[in-house]
Amino acid sequence: MHLVCRSYQEESIVERDYNLEKRKYVIGGSVVFIVLIYILRLFSLQIMSEDYKKNADSNAFLNKTQYPSRGVMYDRNGNLLVYNQPAYDVTMVMKEVQDLDTLDLCRTLNITPEYFKKRIHEMKDRRSNPGYSPYTHQVFMTQLSAEECGVFQEKLFKFPGFYIQRRTIRQYNYNSAAHVLGDIAEVSKRDIEADDYYVRGDFIGKQGVERAYEKQLRGEKGVEILLRDARGRIQGRYMDGKLDRTPVPGKNLKLGIDIELQMLGERLLEGKIGSIVAIEPTTGEILCMVSAPSFDPRLMVGRQRGKNHLELARDNWKPLLNRAIMGQFPPGSTFKPTQGLTFLQEGIITPQTAYSCFHGFVYAGLRVGCHSHGSPLPLVPAIATSCNGYFCWGLFHMIGAKKKYGSVQNAMNTWRDYMVSMGFGYPLGVDLPGEKRGMIPNAAYYDKNYRGSWNGLTIISISIGQGEVTATPLQIANLSATIANRGYYITPHVVKEVEDEPLDTLYTNRHYTKVNREHYETVVEGMRAAVLGGTCRNANIPGIEVCGKTGTAQNRGKDHSAFMGFAPMNDPKIAIAVYVENGGWGATYGVPIGALMMEQYLKGSLSPESEAKAADIQSRRIDYGIHER
Amino acid sequence: MAYTNDSIWKTVDWVTICIYLILVIFGWFSVCGASYDYGDMDFFDFSTRTGKQFVWICCSLGLGFILMMLEDRLYDMFAYILYGAMMVLLFITPFVAEDTKGSYSWIKFGPVSLQPAEFAKFATALALAKFMNTYGFTMSKLKHSLPVVGIILLPMLLIVLQRETGSALVYLSFFFMLYREGMPGSILFAGICAVVYFVVGIRFSQDLLPDGCTSIGESSVLLLIVVLSALLVNSYCKKDSARWYIFGIGAGGTLLAYLSSCYVIPFDITWIQYGLCVLLVGYLIFLSIRERMRNYFYIALFAVGSVAFLFSADYVFEKVLEPHQQVRIKVVLGMEEDLAGAGYNVNQSKIAIGSGGLLGKGFLNGTQTKLKYVPEQDTDFIFCTVGEEEGFLGSAFVLLLFMALILRLIWLAERQHTRFARVYGYSVLSIFLFHLFINIGMVLGLTPVIGIPLPFFSYGGSSLWGFTILLFVFLRMDAARSRR
Repeated sequence: MHLVCRSYQEESIVERDYNLEKRKYVIGGSVVFIVLIYILRLFSLQIMSEDYKKNADSNAFLNKTQYPSRGVMYDRNGNLLVYNQPAYDVTMVMKEVQDLDTLDLCRTLNITPEYFKKRIHEMKDRRSNPGYSPYTHQVFMTQLSAEECGVFQEKLFKFPGFYIQRRTIRQYNYNSAAHVLGDIAEVSKRDIEADDYYVRGDFIGKQGVERAYEKQLRGEKGVEILLRDARGRIQGRYMDGKLDRTPVPGKNLKLGIDIELQMLGERLLEGKIGSIVAIEPTTGEILCMVSAPSFDPRLMVGRQRGKNHLELARDNWKPLLNRAIMGQFPPGSTFKPTQGLTFLQEGIITPQTAYSCFHGFVYAGLRVGCHSHGSPLPLVPAIATSCNGYFCWGLFHMIGAKKKYGSVQNAMNTWRDYMVSMGFGYPLGVDLPGEKRGMIPNAAYYDKNYRGSWNGLTIISISIGQGEVTATPLQIANLSATIANRGYYITPHVVKEVEDEPLDTLYTNRHYTKVNREHYETVVEGMRAAVLGGTCRNANIPGIEVCGKTGTAQNRGKDHSAFMGFAPMNDPKIAIAVYVENGGWGATYGVPIGALMMEQYLKGSLSPESEAKAADIQSRRIDYGIHER
Repeated sequence: MAYTNDSIWKTVDWVTICIYLILVIFGWFSVCGASYDYGDMDFFDFSTRTGKQFVWICCSLGLGFILMMLEDRLYDMFAYILYGAMMVLLFITPFVAEDTKGSYSWIKFGPVSLQPAEFAKFATALALAKFMNTYGFTMSKLKHSLPVVGIILLPMLLIVLQRETGSALVYLSFFFMLYREGMPGSILFAGICAVVYFVVGIRFSQDLLPDGCTSIGESSVLLLIVVLSALLVNSYCKKDSARWYIFGIGAGGTLLAYLSSCYVIPFDITWIQYGLCVLLVGYLIFLSIRERMRNYFYIALFAVGSVAFLFSADYVFEKVLEPHQQVRIKVVLGMEEDLAGAGYNVNQSKIAIGSGGLLGKGFLNGTQTKLKYVPEQDTDFIFCTVGEEEGFLGSAFVLLLFMALILRLIWLAERQHTRFARVYGYSVLSIFLFHLFINIGMVLGLTPVIGIPLPFFSYGGSSLWGFTILLFVFLRMDAARSRR
């Protein structure tokens, strides 16, 4: 022990250098400084920024979307119109793609290498595909058929990073009602921006009911949250699937459409341009909505959709246009009942008031021609014979009634209000996209166009549904339903029932017009007389009291042939409007087509004679001077 | 002065031992978190990393106990022998080691591999302590300070030969200790200046001033040289006018050159700045002769050295550094965002830490570490697991613990009676500080990615044992201090 102790003393014990000892503060200070900087850095990473959290989630969680099945559609009699068929999408996870034999892939998928490059480029472009991530499934190709998919499936092992995802595509039982049913297509960039429900590769309704009822039809996507490691391998379900959501299937729809009626309508308008709209007056349900020319809805399905759509869009016949709601035409004489109703309500005329008409309305050098009939006439025969003079006089007296209205302008606007209350001048609000409003002029319109200098004579042609007045076939059909209901309408709608969901009150509320019920009875009488012994005698169906009104609308070309009617008179089941462009007299196409449609609907089928008539009309073509492309 | 081994436990610094134990246990849980792989797992199974780490921890506790029982004079006696043996081991390591991720630093002993570099730190610290403990040693004599630098550089060189640049850099930490022991502060100042010049010069070398033909990096470093010279004149030479001449002419001339380059004829203003530096050096030499003050001469030397460094830094960066090292430096300097390559680690590590939030995701609940997004997550990037699972509070706690440990060690080192123990103590704390600075800095994306472990946390027996030996030998010396 002693020895050990002595050796300690030999060790140098340095005298303390206080100048150097101060340096411990420099070293200690730098330790504190470094730790402080690091804690601040931690604070900014962990507390101040949310980005890292999001990054971490997108790293680790693979949200696998579970697609719901889209709702199907039935017609009013329960016939299945639109349903789903399995199809297959090819998806890819960019990070997992290795040693890709592009040529082999292209051959297997039957695509060109250029298409492959283009598709990859689109996928990576964050402007067109904001949700792009090399770690998640990106849709590479959509809607492969079962056969195409089978070929790819066999070789799938050669293409790591590529996957097959089952989807469904729409299929149609009838080659009919394309405009009403609409179609679905891959979401556009705009769709994605407008609604974050959608990601690239999703489908969305683009037209018709598919678009109008997109929210109900699409259901709700489910999600399965999987954990994925750095190499993209799935390591199991996050929290044992506690946070997963199962998809909610889309709701099925029952349409008001009667597919038999619809098909007959499409048959009758073959080779013609026009439309037919039929409405159940008591409910406002649209029984058929034909727009000719039409197209096969099956063209809008699958990978050929783009090509087919382009062809249809370029077609000179404009088959994509739903003329029933987008076409705006002069209603012609089908408009006359609105005038009679207005004059009666405003007290301009009584049912007994008779106006004289000798081949037309002649006043102060102005002449509106008319065909030959008895004169003078009260309202009922004026409607029955479609007397132009009668309604011209009526409007002339109404606009000229300075004592009653104070000014031409007031009279005009009163008239406009009546028309609007009957569903003209504004979109009715049908549950289909793209409805047009038609045109009902008001005083301001004329003030502007005639610089304030106008009177009843200037605008006289609007009383017979010509001039500035235009309406969609749907609005004309709605007029018919209003008359059938004696004074109210329910906004026409295509969808009768949404599964487990009440219909929007918009489609159950009654809209009353400004005209009292008793005046409607007079007009109904006139329309009945038109069928019994007036302009639309051909509309008579044995055993059914049909009411009708023809229309022959003048325009630059040949007159448009129109018909408006309903039946039976005292318990209306169907109200209809037929509009055949350049079809000539209302009696030429409008009346027989309307009669056939009503017969089909009310009797369930056509009698042999009617069938012959239908075949005849189907075979008739109108020359529009449009060349097939 | 009789004593028994029992009395060691009365004089030993229990505070440090407590901090050590907390760190080691926290570290083991982090390794559990980092290597946990979903599904049931036995943390004590020796075939898993957590099981192994558990065994290493038990071993190191045993090692600590043994070190406390050993006679502290042994280290003094065997310091050179240990150092020599270690250098031989380091020298032969590359010849017997297998290729591990490009480096040749691991020697296999049956089922376990050891990394001699981890233990060489200990031997080097002892050798330094022994050498600097000799009577009359002073840093200011070259014959004393040169061997010291030699003792540090020899293991560095040998480790670089093993292709473990990161571990070699750790030996730079001994300069902290040297600073405490009397190394001139100007060397530290020069070192810091070199780092600043390098960072500024490289970082902004590609960016141009608005005049369109001057590199921001080069120009601002030159301006910095002038400003620093003015500041040095200010603090070391009592002559007001000189300070203002230098600052005024240097900064004013640069500004004038810049303005004329912007609005008159665009030209590279660094040429004017080089001219100004030459003028500055000339002026300082003139002053040193006239005033007969050496300080002016040293400042002139500083300016010349700075310009020379600026010239060579570019060359070193472009020609000497290997491409992957260039990329690492560029990533840290924010010049490149190479998320797929060198930046991937750091980016993923920041994501993992950032996703932890205030309280963290909870033990074993981290997704980023579990799903192996962060490479080397149980060794060099272990701090990610702490950040993700324990959140801001947990990781700040770990940082504060390290700070407490190092400050405690400074306090302990200062209370030593012998230079031997003090030098050794400062060596130990400097090594800890360097590891802490580099390792956590790289995980947080503040320092370049240099593959060195976080003491007591990173998985691996060698590093844990190495740090335990470093610490406990010092504690043993400290426990015996009263006898001296």
